[in-house]
Amino acid sequence: MEKISQSVVKKDHAPKVSGRSIYVADYPSEGVLCGKLLHSKVARAKILGVEVPKLPEGYFYVDARDVPGDNNVNIVLDDTPVFSRDTVEYIGEPIAMICGPDENEVARLRDECRVNYEEMEPVLDFRSAEEKFFDYHFGHGDVDKAFAEADKTYEEEFETGYQEQAYLETQGMMAEPEEGGRMFVHGSAQCAYYIHGAVMRALGCGPTGVHIKQDVTGGGFGGKEAFPSILGCQVAVAARKCGKPVRCVFDRREDMEYTSKRHPSLCRYKAAVRDGKVTALDIDVKFNAGAYSTLSAVVLQRGIIASPGIYNIPNVRVHGSAVKTNTSPCGAYRGFGGPQTFFAVEMLMSHIARDLGKEPLEFKKAHLVKQGDQTSTCGKYHFPVPIPEMIDEVVKESDFENKRREYAKAQTGRYRRGIGMSMYFHGAGFTGAGERDLIKAVAKLRKYEDGRVEILASNGDIGQGVRTTFPKIVANELNLPLEKVFYEHPDTARVPDSGPTVASRSLMIVGELLRRAAIKLREQWKDGEEQEVEEHYKEPDFVIPFYIDKFEGDAYPTYSWAVNAIELEVDTYTGVSKVLGAYGSFDVGTPVDYNVVMGQMEGGFLQGIGYASIEKMDYDSKGRIRNNSLSDYLIPTTKDVPKLKCMLHVEKYPDGPYGAKGAGELPLVGAPAAYLEAMEQALGGIELNHAPFTAEDTLRAVMKEVG
Amino acid sequence: MSDINFRLNGREVSYSGSAADRLLDVLRNTYLCTSVKCGCKEGECGACSVLIDGVLFNSCCVAMGAIEGAEVVTMEGFRETRRFEVLDRAFGELSAVQCGFCIPGMVLAAEALLSQNPQPTEEEIREGLSGNLCRCTGYNAIVNAVGLAAKEGKGLW
Repeated sequence: MEKISQSVVKKDHAPKVSGRSIYVADYPSEGVLCGKLLHSKVARAKILGVEVPKLPEGYFYVDARDVPGDNNVNIVLDDTPVFSRDTVEYIGEPIAMICGPDENEVARLRDECRVNYEEMEPVLDFRSAEEKFFDYHFGHGDVDKAFAEADKTYEEEFETGYQEQAYLETQGMMAEPEEGGRMFVHGSAQCAYYIHGAVMRALGCGPTGVHIKQDVTGGGFGGKEAFPSILGCQVAVAARKCGKPVRCVFDRREDMEYTSKRHPSLCRYKAAVRDGKVTALDIDVKFNAGAYSTLSAVVLQRGIIASPGIYNIPNVRVHGSAVKTNTSPCGAYRGFGGPQTFFAVEMLMSHIARDLGKEPLEFKKAHLVKQGDQTSTCGKYHFPVPIPEMIDEVVKESDFENKRREYAKAQTGRYRRGIGMSMYFHGAGFTGAGERDLIKAVAKLRKYEDGRVEILASNGDIGQGVRTTFPKIVANELNLPLEKVFYEHPDTARVPDSGPTVASRSLMIVGELLRRAAIKLREQWKDGEEQEVEEHYKEPDFVIPFYIDKFEGDAYPTYSWAVNAIELEVDTYTGVSKVLGAYGSFDVGTPVDYNVVMGQMEGGFLQGIGYASIEKMDYDSKGRIRNNSLSDYLIPTTKDVPKLKCMLHVEKYPDGPYGAKGAGELPLVGAPAAYLEAMEQALGGIELNHAPFTAEDTLRAVMKEVG
Repeated sequence: MSDINFRLNGREVSYSGSAADRLLDVLRNTYLCTSVKCGCKEGECGACSVLIDGVLFNSCCVAMGAIEGAEVVTMEGFRETRRFEVLDRAFGELSAVQCGFCIPGMVLAAEALLSQNPQPTEEEIREGLSGNLCRCTGYNAIVNAVGLAAKEGKGLW
């Protein structure tokens, strides 16, 4: 193992394991007002007025009228209001905030507020929703000709549901007015500078009128990418009105019902086959965006770019839309659109293979992309595609071929088994020209007189380990002991904007900036002096420029790759399935700390298995999310997948630090397809096309078989 | 109404609030034991786990009236023990801590398990920790860390 990959005790281990770390809810309450949001109880209405109970001294009612700047939260577009305008668009939309010193009293006052609604018919079913936030088309080749010349054509629809991030720490933000009028906002978050921009706009102040600090954060998984910008604006507006610090920490039900989740999807695929090969795909992807657009544009882009999978299909036509419904806005979740479309394309390829009388694995192998091939957006796979070797690793570890053959035989007992496989990529970094044109990351190193070096960057440790891996890179280049290099949680008053903590980009993009900065510092090093160096992002020379209007060029400079196999056993009496083994080979380039990367792979893979099997969330006829607690929405426990076996396959990326690529999101993406393919086999070779596939779904399938 | 007397991390304390108050809230707000995390307040996640007379409880589901005369241990107390040192080293060596929010509860669950069963099998560890949710790790590192601690800390439990 390379030296940089050797694991160290994580820098934040000691305070976290001993319970000393201070999360946003842990700051003392003295002098801090508790804020609670008044959420809409209906999915779509005009607000005629709010009857607010008489507020005792020291209690405040805060709403849109109190927003000193612009009542729009700066995300991708600006349609999300800080507090409701004159309508509400989903159950849970924040209308106002009640603030005061006593939490119970604040809750009582909030519950006594009477909102007078003029209700309107909500749009709930995204299949029939007409309003499109985003609508994209792209493709290459001649799809119509390929269909005209096909031996056989296929058409199938795939559906995936919500997934809730279920970070253990709920959303929470706190705002503190400082002397001189500056507002300090801090809390549980991924992207300090996103919040900075949003709060500036809501308060109507310049960049020095506010600063944002990320507190120790109890998990994010995408859920704390954009949402903290909204909550950050709300507490900042409230603190400005009250003239006191205001903290708002969501309770679990509030968090599960009203914060952003993974987009439910509906993917219609048409495929043309000639001489045993898929010659064309005609793809229609629809995502349920919810009531406001938040991050749906970029989630959809990533989803549709991945929609032909990792297969070389000469003719492709893709249409993607994100539609408005009167439901909680969906947003970022690990994988960011990829899990939905990879599920669809993997299932489709498997179904076509079986229809043609072929083993899915062999059929997929015959279509795999390789280095030098064209991507779905007419870019190029610039680097080796290690999927064939990774398939071999997974086949060997899981004994895939023997089991696949064995379980294909007729099974009639109570317990039935199946094994399935999926293969996929995750494009590393922002989609398209995002890094070059939008983010323009800057990272700094500051060396103190005593020889210690501080990393100044805006990427937050949310558990993924950047407080450890960033210092490892810098210490390695400076030949310093790790104790001499440190990285605190970012505060926008002190650190440059090195971009958000998203898109599996932190280590690959910002880690490389820090590596280069460390080399620069090494070359200029003067003992006993304070020194500072800075590095700016430069797009690698080999990248084919990407044009988002045409979806053309390199959507990503490189890709992380994965192959998953899942073996399960179905209890046909109860419908409950047991995962007998989950095997993954993951190529995220060189691990900058083996344990840290394995922790990402195992954690992400298990989240993916949850998404495939037990994590079911839905809304009722009024548009209310019913699965709003950890009793009604189950996430995996220690006992669900005891045999979770992850392996690393290293294909180095020359423009990442020591060959590292994006890692965080990859392991979640492929689990649903592998799980469902295994389920199909266990259930006697039926065709399935929706995830999650729960125990209830299994029972329904078994009942159908019985008749 | 008389005060509720109990021992908190080895210290005698008297609580003068209501017997219906939640132990979780009282530990955090009155005794400033912020290692006790609130993850769901309905007994599902285990982030608020504490030891009551050596047994693991979700403190969100315990009323103050129930702990009269009991010994309550949170991470604020447990982190001063030799057993903690062993668990700390094992969790550190295997990088079992990611976001950290579940960890104080998880470590106390490990303590509750090991004090009942000092040499658990992997399956027993998984059973012992099954009431504590972690969304980050996939559990392998945590389960292995508890196994390592059992081995390294032989004789302590």
